[in-house]
Amino acid sequence: MSSDSNQLDKSALLEKAKCLVEMLESEQTEDAAIEANIDEIMNIRESSLFQELGKMTREIHDSIMNFRMDSRVADLAHSDIPDAKDRLEYVIEMTEKSANTVLAVVEKGTPVAEKLSGQAQQLSEQWGRFRRRELSADELRSMGQEVENFFSESETMMTELLAGFTEVLMAQDFQDLTGQIIRKVIKLVDEIENNLVELVRIQGGHKITDKADVKKDEREALDGPQVPGKESSDEVMQGQDDVDDLLASLGF
Amino acid sequence: MKILIVDDFSTMRRIIKNLLRDLGFNNTEEADDGNTGLPKLQTGNFDFLVTDWNMPGMTGIDLLRAVRADEKLKTLPVLMVTAEAKKEQIVLAAQEGVNGYIVKPFTAQTLKEKIDKIFERIENA
Repeated sequence: MSSDSNQLDKSALLEKAKCLVEMLESEQTEDAAIEANIDEIMNIRESSLFQELGKMTREIHDSIMNFRMDSRVADLAHSDIPDAKDRLEYVIEMTEKSANTVLAVVEKGTPVAEKLSGQAQQLSEQWGRFRRRELSADELRSMGQEVENFFSESETMMTELLAGFTEVLMAQDFQDLTGQIIRKVIKLVDEIENNLVELVRIQGGHKITDKADVKKDEREALDGPQVPGKESSDEVMQGQDDVDDLLASLGF
Repeated sequence: MKILIVDDFSTMRRIIKNLLRDLGFNNTEEADDGNTGLPKLQTGNFDFLVTDWNMPGMTGIDLLRAVRADEKLKTLPVLMVTAEAKKEQIVLAAQEGVNGYIVKPFTAQTLKEKIDKIFERIENA
């Protein structure tokens, strides 16, 4: 509170006080006149109180108006928060897709691996019988055929399993992309927190000395992963083919 | 062929490392941003650089600029693998002298194609 507006009008008060003393000393003064004088003294005090109250109300009003006019706050409410929701939905979508890809590879690969192991076990048993000279000539011929089949089949199956491994590997790319998206959302939450703190300070009637600094360096200006349905302007490439076309047009 | 992979996400570095291994490139090293990557490039005799763009510390575009400004490194082939897909960013990367540009998410096939293309162009040059 500033001291000048808050100060009582001392000269007026002194006058009224002297007058009151005179009235009290004089025996002729009526009670009503004394009471009127006391009322006047109280008025002087109250008017300075009301002035201060008025000033505070104005400050709070201005602060709230400034806060509402701050377009950043409006942006947060109208676009950034819904945008963050969409981005988080996309995170769910990507992690779900990755989980499904990995599960599908495992489901497809397990029977292949089981079959391979089953055939190897069977052949190993026959091999044991062969070593113990328990196989007939016919059985030996048939084992030879089975070994040949096993070699060609195991090669195909291994290729299948390795392709599955590559699929599992690629499915992990979600971690980088969702990480970038979540970092952006954390930044947004941080900004909202700062704005809420400011709102609380306004409510508390304190003057705002420093605004939440919104720094924008080159890195923070980067957009990060493209979210389907977002930023679908001409300026954003929709996939590798678009990028290739653009680079081709630049002489690449 | 010695390749440096620069990305702030270790999962992405592992993915690229494994894909490169599948393509027959076994000699790879990793760095998590330009600040750690550049000294490696300057001392490590690398033949190829694969870098992300958006990283804390030194970004990929700054690393590319530093590589092109370095007398010893200026001809090093650089492949950018990034989520940044804005036209102006791709144009900027091209202007700064990138040799290839892949947007995430990408496929193993895309990585192979771009690497093949880069070396094909270098051999023909």
